[in-house]
Amino acid sequence: MLQTALHEVHVAAGAQMVDFNGWHMPMRYSGIKDEHLRVRQAVGLFDLGHMGRLEVRGPGREALVRSLVTNDLSDMAQGQARYALLCREDGGVLDDLVVYRLEEIVFVVCNASNRERVVDWFCGHLSGQRAWVEDRTLDFAMIAVQGPRALATLGALTATDLGDIGYYHARRGQVAGHGALISRTGYTGEDGFELYVDAPSARLVWDALMEGGSAHGVLPVGLGARDTLRLEAAMPLYGHELGLEVDPLSAGLGFAVKLDSSEFLGREALRRIRSAGPARRLVCLVLDSKRVAREGFVVLHEGQAVGRVTSGTHGPTLERNIAMAYVPSGLARVGTRLQVDIRGEAVGVQVVKRPFYKRESA
Amino acid sequence: MNPPKRSPRPENLRYRETHEWLRVEGAEAVVGITDFAVEHLSDLVHLQLPRTGARFRAGEVFGEVESVKAVSELYAPVDGEVMAVNGELPDDLDRLARDPFGEGWMVRLRMADPAQARSLLGASDYESHARE
Repeated sequence: MLQTALHEVHVAAGAQMVDFNGWHMPMRYSGIKDEHLRVRQAVGLFDLGHMGRLEVRGPGREALVRSLVTNDLSDMAQGQARYALLCREDGGVLDDLVVYRLEEIVFVVCNASNRERVVDWFCGHLSGQRAWVEDRTLDFAMIAVQGPRALATLGALTATDLGDIGYYHARRGQVAGHGALISRTGYTGEDGFELYVDAPSARLVWDALMEGGSAHGVLPVGLGARDTLRLEAAMPLYGHELGLEVDPLSAGLGFAVKLDSSEFLGREALRRIRSAGPARRLVCLVLDSKRVAREGFVVLHEGQAVGRVTSGTHGPTLERNIAMAYVPSGLARVGTRLQVDIRGEAVGVQVVKRPFYKRESA
Repeated sequence: MNPPKRSPRPENLRYRETHEWLRVEGAEAVVGITDFAVEHLSDLVHLQLPRTGARFRAGEVFGEVESVKAVSELYAPVDGEVMAVNGELPDDLDRLARDPFGEGWMVRLRMADPAQARSLLGASDYESHARE
């Protein structure tokens, strides 16, 4: 199994470790709810070394990426980041990405589960583009610092003016004396940063953040709370809300699909879906029950199966059980009453506004 | 990280391999789940217990406990009828996490055949099973 540069830290801390897409990763340290609430109220540290990190290089790098992803990258400044989808010709989602425009590279962050697929997809479309792709996943560590105290925690370890880095922007700097790309991005619904550092520096940067962050109540956070945090923020996860059989418009990701200003693979299929209107939509559901609606459970309307849960959990901030599911567009309106079959019991659910959780200052 | 806060595992209990414990009191028995089960599940969100008067055969499902990550069924260690239920427990799952062998008890059964309890695991056998 693959290990990140911080693997020893997790094992030494007594984290419960799991296999996550071939990586041996921490599921939880002190407890999912505890870690979740700490990120909402203070600050948490995440090892994201499993995420795929690719560099697209060469004079044709921007043309290559722009020809393949759904968002318009043409107006991006140096250091800017943008969320985008990688689609097949039929509009099915190959992966969701964060794309950075940096000095001499386009830096692409993809899901661990799709890393080889994304590399292959880029490489399969290189012809005539004067660009190439380097998989740098194992060379860099990736550490997320997330929560309302993230800025104070990280700010004490860097001379970079963090307040000056806008959301979805990144800047090169030093963290605890180690070179880092400091990015104001995240997957929790909180303010925070994601740091890319050379793998040999990972341990020192992590330890410095833990030590400096102790005054702010920092906790290390595992994949369990990463999932509950992103789900409260209604951020999709590939393999659950996204997949080859799903298009980004049905998933409610139209903000990252620029069908008029950008030309990319899959655009024609997505234009057809836009003009017809998606047949089904991803909705946010709040349950009436204390039982949890889990992935794959059937969504019912008047006794008929109309969809399936893609992710479901207990939302520790909301203190409610929540789920996301695809349902026919006619049943996707906020306030619609549906049921989920939880081991034979039809539990009442209500479609609510997306996201479930939004931080006050956002 | 923080060492788990838990009461010591009592010596006089019998156990199922599925991590339920049973404390024999004459013809009756108190049933709960072990510290190991509670720690392993972690982050409890829901507990469903049977009603007083319900009857179960050994190995039948008498309830379920759900955590953020998973749901687990609860299995009756012996045949019996539910005489009492810890009705406050589903609303105070911290009590189960804190004191699984005491305040975290789940049901009191009248055993149909008290001899069945002897076929359950003893403390040391359970200990080695849980460590596997």
